[in-house]
Amino acid sequence: MMTDVWMHPAFIFLIGGLLAPLMPAYAKRGMMLFLPAAALAVLFSLPNDTYWVYRVMGYELILGRIDPLSRVFAYIFVLISFIAFLFALNVEDDLQHTAAFAYAGGALGVTFAGDFFSLYIFWEIMAVASTFLILARRTERSRAAAHRYILVHLLGGLFLLAGIILYVHDTGGVAIQKLTLSGPGSWLIFIGIALNAAIPPLHPWLQDAYPEATPTGSVFLSAFTTKSAVYVMARIFPGAELLIWLGAFMTIFPGFYAEIENDIRRVLSYSLMNQVGFMMCGIGIGTQLAINGAVSHAFCHILYKALLFMAAGSVLHVTGKIKCTEIGGLYKTMPLTCLFCLVGAASISAFPLFNGFVSKSMIISAAGHEHIPIAWLMLQFASAGVIAHAGIKVPFFTFFGHDSGIRAKEPPVNMLIAMGIAAFLCVFIGVFPQPLYSILPYPVDYVPYTGAHVVGQLQLLMFGMFAFALMIRSGYYPPEVRAINLDVDWFYRIGGRIFQGAADRGLNGLNGIADQLLAKKLTGSVCRFARQAPANLVLFFVPAVRALSGMSKDESGKIRARILAAFETGSVPIGLSAAAATLFVVILFFFT
Amino acid sequence: MKKEIKIFDNPKNVKRLLRGFYLSLAVLLAADPFVHKHAEFPWAGKHQFFAAYGFVSCVLVITIAKILRFFVKRREDYYDD
Repeated sequence: MMTDVWMHPAFIFLIGGLLAPLMPAYAKRGMMLFLPAAALAVLFSLPNDTYWVYRVMGYELILGRIDPLSRVFAYIFVLISFIAFLFALNVEDDLQHTAAFAYAGGALGVTFAGDFFSLYIFWEIMAVASTFLILARRTERSRAAAHRYILVHLLGGLFLLAGIILYVHDTGGVAIQKLTLSGPGSWLIFIGIALNAAIPPLHPWLQDAYPEATPTGSVFLSAFTTKSAVYVMARIFPGAELLIWLGAFMTIFPGFYAEIENDIRRVLSYSLMNQVGFMMCGIGIGTQLAINGAVSHAFCHILYKALLFMAAGSVLHVTGKIKCTEIGGLYKTMPLTCLFCLVGAASISAFPLFNGFVSKSMIISAAGHEHIPIAWLMLQFASAGVIAHAGIKVPFFTFFGHDSGIRAKEPPVNMLIAMGIAAFLCVFIGVFPQPLYSILPYPVDYVPYTGAHVVGQLQLLMFGMFAFALMIRSGYYPPEVRAINLDVDWFYRIGGRIFQGAADRGLNGLNGIADQLLAKKLTGSVCRFARQAPANLVLFFVPAVRALSGMSKDESGKIRARILAAFETGSVPIGLSAAAATLFVVILFFFT
Repeated sequence: MKKEIKIFDNPKNVKRLLRGFYLSLAVLLAADPFVHKHAEFPWAGKHQFFAAYGFVSCVLVITIAKILRFFVKRREDYYDD
């Protein structure tokens, strides 16, 4: 344990977020580039150990567990925040900058958390901060999407919290350690993490919200939430067999949606989910090769997915459009953005010499080594599918395809440089995987570039492309249409509306009936009775008094009228009303 | 505004690109027998397995997507009202 000389990288970002709105523009821009570098410097200077340990209410909170697994995620989170901030440098919106700082800080906090309490706190910081990156688009749709997004994530957070409470109750400690799926505590924790990892059927928040975020916000979003969930899953549930099958299914099913989706950023969201499926499958297999594969794939994926979201964000930034039906032919005036998008597409498709190849292969090889033929076939099927939706569809419909007639300029230079850096790293890691392999949690004894592997992968991809080309040319490929596709979110979007309607009619109906019967009728009659009771009581004695005094009927009638009027106007002699009230109390006393 | 790049407006260039693409497919098929395979599964060692699997997978993905579209497609403002 070391003295706390350095500031925790998460707090570097969190404090940056607080300062951002107070700073002049140039200082803010400096800070956006400097803080990731500062966080990286802290990371480099700290050897693997445990830092920032606090005892709170008898529990040991560990804010800085730096080991090989957390370190590699921290590197990529810091690196991508630098690239994403560079991409967002020209944005003049403090809300977005503050949210992005807090979001990145939350992700680093989750990465270094050594106990469940601090994990939960940073987990929720991420949920809240990321919501503002969606809200900041400031459209009706983004507001609604952000609303759904935060509700879903708060629900996921509650699952996590409930699981944590059960875990603490069972074990008496808060330290994060490997768990097996047994008992409600571990299942609740699993569900909480699975929701952030977009494991089906808990996924639709991703495709709902990311395409509604700001052009630069979606770059941050693509990096942190799902990948920090991958990290936590790898930390807590490595080797959970369920993850093999959930992950394998997750690689395949979003591919179908991605093919028929019109919004390019939604296509990317589905393909993001498909890539996280590979990581989940690797975590489920759980061997050293598989975990290395999952971690390195998360690292590479963050780079190429951010690159693709930056390319799409650039198009949206300069044209205001991002639907297949509205764009096309943009390579003519945006050749650099097009080139960067092609690098991202080649990387996600795992072409040799691009980073997806050197990371995804490890996961598929692990499925082979462990002799899980069904999973292996599913992953290869999904790999061929990726070429169709992310590999070709995204660049083809954006930059080639039908000419939309839009002649947009390239985005601002900071955006181009950010994309250039990400594209360079995609190729660099693809060509020289060794630096990445050297920071993985386990020693790497894996050679991606063998003749059989390169030829096999190229065959898979190129013949997939061949099929795509044939289907496009023959008109078999589903045409671009202005439409949306129902997904599981239907259940809470329409289901929620039905529930709200039913609750509205049911509960408000009940309320109405109760109002009619209790508030209006019953209370009214009680009021009337209470108001008239003293008068009635007094009137009750009138016949007896008349009989005793021998007054005429007319006279007693006048007296009755006077008594009623006196009680109505409150002009009763105090003694009389007091006597009546006392009598009334006595009568009540007798009857109760 | 900068000069536009119109390389693919010329059908000749598209044809060239496709020709290069088909040639690379042929090269990949030709290369297959020459690589040393150490397959974990019997089918993965078969000649041209990956070419066939890639092609069939892509056709399947798009066919299933077309079927899925039949069920899930809605107008753009479906959720709006």
